[in-house]
Amino acid sequence: MKKILTIKPNSSLNNKTGNWRTHRPITDNAKCIGCSLCAKLCPEGCIEMINVNNKLKPLTDYDYCKGCALCAHECPVKAIEMKEDY
Amino acid sequence: MKNKKIIKKVKDHILEGSRAIALTINNIGPDVISAYPITPQTHIVEDLAQFKADGQADYEYVRAESEFAAASIVLGACAAGSRVYSATSSQGLLLMTEVLYNISGMRLPIVMTCANRAISAPINIWNDHSDAMAVRDSGWMQFFSENHQEAVYQHLLAYKVAEKMKLPALVNVDGFILTHSYEPVSIPSKSNIKKYLPDYHPASGDFLDTKNPVTMGGFFSPNEYFQTREDIYNDFNLSLQEIKKEYKKLKKVFNIKSSGNGLIEYTGAKKPKVILIAMGSVAGTIKETMKKYSDVGFIKITTFRPFPAEEISQAIKDCKNITIIEKAVSPGSGGPLFNEVKAAIFKNDKTNIKNYIAGIGGKDISQKIIEKIIQDSHKPNSSTKFIG
Repeated sequence: MKKILTIKPNSSLNNKTGNWRTHRPITDNAKCIGCSLCAKLCPEGCIEMINVNNKLKPLTDYDYCKGCALCAHECPVKAIEMKEDY
Repeated sequence: MKNKKIIKKVKDHILEGSRAIALTINNIGPDVISAYPITPQTHIVEDLAQFKADGQADYEYVRAESEFAAASIVLGACAAGSRVYSATSSQGLLLMTEVLYNISGMRLPIVMTCANRAISAPINIWNDHSDAMAVRDSGWMQFFSENHQEAVYQHLLAYKVAEKMKLPALVNVDGFILTHSYEPVSIPSKSNIKKYLPDYHPASGDFLDTKNPVTMGGFFSPNEYFQTREDIYNDFNLSLQEIKKEYKKLKKVFNIKSSGNGLIEYTGAKKPKVILIAMGSVAGTIKETMKKYSDVGFIKITTFRPFPAEEISQAIKDCKNITIIEKAVSPGSGGPLFNEVKAAIFKNDKTNIKNYIAGIGGKDISQKIIEKIIQDSHKPNSSTKFIG
């Protein structure tokens, strides 16, 4: 038996859900106005607003992003594009 | 007088099959037993409940409101690190099915007796193997007993291999034919069982323990789930050797006279023109009938899961007439044992036939994988492989 079947506490981050994705959100930082709406809406909480040249820009964690496209849909300036990813 | 002495030496008691199994289980000493009564398993669990009521047993006997509950109770107790036991039949086994998969998926070494009985409708309480075949692919090892004595020893073998391989085991005994009949049988003592089967102590981290908290049966994504199924498949293959090894030890400790190796048992002609193959109590009837024929051989399959395909294909390779007798049918196909034996015979064929297991648990089957499979199809070796 290779796979350990028991799961330790505080280990849910081991369940990387990125491979559920069929489309990958790509943010165009030039278009992005740094409103943080995507980070607030992300159901997985996997978008972090980071400082890029003194401006807030989103950083998507593709280990957990399931590709639901909510961020792309709600972005007020359409700076996020969903691209095929498999 | 002399004859009597010999008989006493060979077999200790004349017992009902159910009682023989119940006494053996009590001597094995599980920590927890839970079961729901169903004909023809009833006498086994009635006896076990009686032993407890009479103060002759140390186990906890937990009453359940259904077979689903009984299986879940032993699952929980085993997950908490106990050695457990249950027994059921027919509809009861089918009601347990969901839990059976959970048990094998969590790799809990639970041993259960199935008093084999037909499945409704129409309602029928008599013996056949439909119930065992319905859970064939649930990831449980399956043993089939010919008589009371074999049933007794198969329970010891089942616990030993189950706890070693972390695979659950179902010991099949033909309902009524074995469970309700009386035969001379010797029940291994507690001290002798200890020589063969040590106490069960799962490793730390493998069971539910407040000092070392873990979750069992939790979420696994496609990649990890796929690996668990490959592990079960590989460990079933490994258990073939383990059963042979442990049966050899069993034979030595309990002085068992048998031509079998734990997987199959061959009796009859040295160069047979016909070989019969069967499982369970019908083996006795076949052996008696065979006495009239000098050119008939018989393979009794004692382990159905893992399936001893290699042993069978070796045993029948020089015989052209193979006949399978079985108490179950797969509508639209044939007898389940018949199909398995046909597949085993095919091992001797030259056709290059391969089997790839893919896509289990949602794992993607990409064009890349199909391409690899196409390229590998020319390589000559027939086998089952996991790919993904």
